[in-house]
Amino acid sequence: MLSVLSKRAIGFAMVATLGLGVLTGCGSSNQQGSPAPSQGGGAQELTGTVTASGSTALQPLVNQAAKDFMDKNPKVTVNVTGGGSGTGLKQVADGSVNIGNSDVAAGPEFKDANLKEHIVAIAPFAIVVNEGVTVDNLTKDQAAKIFEGQIKNWKEVGGQDAPITIVHRPESSGSRKLVQQIVLDGKEFTKEGVTQDSSGAVATAVKSTPNSIGYVDTPYLQQGIKAVKFDGVAFSKDNIKNGTYKLFGSERMYTKGEPTGAVKAFLDFILSNDFQNNRVEQLKFLPANLLQK
Amino acid sequence: MLESSSSDKWSRRQSRTDRTMHRIFIGSAVLVSAVIFSIILFVGYQGLQTFRDVSPGTFFFSADWTPDQNRFGAFSFIFGTFALTGLSVIFSVPFAISGAIFMAKIAPNWMREILRPATDLFVGIPSVVYGFIGLTVLVPFLAKLTGTIGYGMLPAAIILAVMILPTILSVSEDALRSLPESLEEASLALGATRWQTIWRVLLPAARPGILTGVILGMGRAMGETLAVFMVLGNSPKMPKSLLDSTTVLTTAIVKDMPHTFYGTAWNNTLYLMALILLLISMLLILIIRLVSRRSEVQ
Repeated sequence: MLSVLSKRAIGFAMVATLGLGVLTGCGSSNQQGSPAPSQGGGAQELTGTVTASGSTALQPLVNQAAKDFMDKNPKVTVNVTGGGSGTGLKQVADGSVNIGNSDVAAGPEFKDANLKEHIVAIAPFAIVVNEGVTVDNLTKDQAAKIFEGQIKNWKEVGGQDAPITIVHRPESSGSRKLVQQIVLDGKEFTKEGVTQDSSGAVATAVKSTPNSIGYVDTPYLQQGIKAVKFDGVAFSKDNIKNGTYKLFGSERMYTKGEPTGAVKAFLDFILSNDFQNNRVEQLKFLPANLLQK
Repeated sequence: MLESSSSDKWSRRQSRTDRTMHRIFIGSAVLVSAVIFSIILFVGYQGLQTFRDVSPGTFFFSADWTPDQNRFGAFSFIFGTFALTGLSVIFSVPFAISGAIFMAKIAPNWMREILRPATDLFVGIPSVVYGFIGLTVLVPFLAKLTGTIGYGMLPAAIILAVMILPTILSVSEDALRSLPESLEEASLALGATRWQTIWRVLLPAARPGILTGVILGMGRAMGETLAVFMVLGNSPKMPKSLLDSTTVLTTAIVKDMPHTFYGTAWNNTLYLMALILLLISMLLILIIRLVSRRSEVQ
């Protein structure tokens, strides 16, 4: 009886593993053999397939762009998948997708991959605290010292007498690297505090953890968490435009070499005034050319 | 004449069906083995490449995890996995075995008919739901109660204990119910009370089955990722207490797998962690086989 039971359990485990194996098999087969886009001449109708993968933060924007673009060019198919910035950069460097989406600049490991960067949007983020925290403003120095673990109590920055709980993003996340560059000048974060996987999870954790501080992309600002001013400047489109609000990253789409055909048309469409001025802000990003105006 | 030809046709058709089914079964078995084997090979190959950049001593015995500076010490993750699994089993086993005894030996039939499906329902709750309840209810509650951050091994172990309870309970109950009636009758005939019978006779006799349930539960606890990820805190360091942020192998993998590049040292260390988990699960299954074989001999 017992042996039957355990055998059944093992059989069950095997079936589950098989199912998983089949799933992962499908997943990886999708990534291979994306047909090269056919060369669409200037005046002719565009045809072909465009594949893009990478950043999940940028994915809503690329999805929307794909939908609009396919409405205009019915003979083009645009496939967008997530997978994270790392995945996107790797796949575009391998040539398994046409476009790799990333929140961060491609690192030195891609020096020889001939990647071409297209900045398509600006993604502002904010330092947020639990709404019970009485601090409204942090200087860059104070914020850096909190994230490095030197300041451990809110009273040291003018708040209540309570220990600070930091909510991080994972070591490999693009947002975290951005905060490290802009706020900490490249120094290391403290290992104290908690880590959550995504902007949404950070927002939830900051909301439910008293005396906590974290950083989220601005679309995730919500009830129960409070965005603090950074160096006395609050987040707003104007403050990014006039250069006083420093907390933002650039969303990038990479191609291997100069884009051609349908891929080029798709990128041009995303960078067109029409898309940049309407869709980008609807999706809570800011236009890429905001800083140059 | 007529009969024999029709029965011939029938038996031919039967043997053809038999052959086809035989092939299908063999094929399935081969496919399953091939899939499992290739997963082990792939994870193992990728994982072992870690040692080109990181010394085994550092990986297994250093708790300094700072990937940006190429310091890959995974000791705290390995420790965390064992500690958390142990803790959740300790929390879960008393309830699970009490429940199993109650359902198998004490509860009237109609109550068992209700309770058994009810416990099985726990299995159907997605782990993200457990995690979310943990994050929004349990963590703030523990924070208020203790004045700490509330994240850590304690909430994770509580959640895991609930998650593995039905596994241990149902396997233990089956083990208790499958014992021969004569054991119980003999014990009662010798003048033992009901409790003595359960505690001194039935439980020891069902030990292999109960152990199987506990090990299956351990496997689940070890492999659970999402719910644990939400309440554990996930700092890459040794915890100072049960309510201090720490990391286990599964959450270390899920945290960085999407953002690291395939083939880098960082990514390889994640595969190595997966390999460690895989080997532990295989070991657990092996132990189950051994335990059940021993009980067959008796």
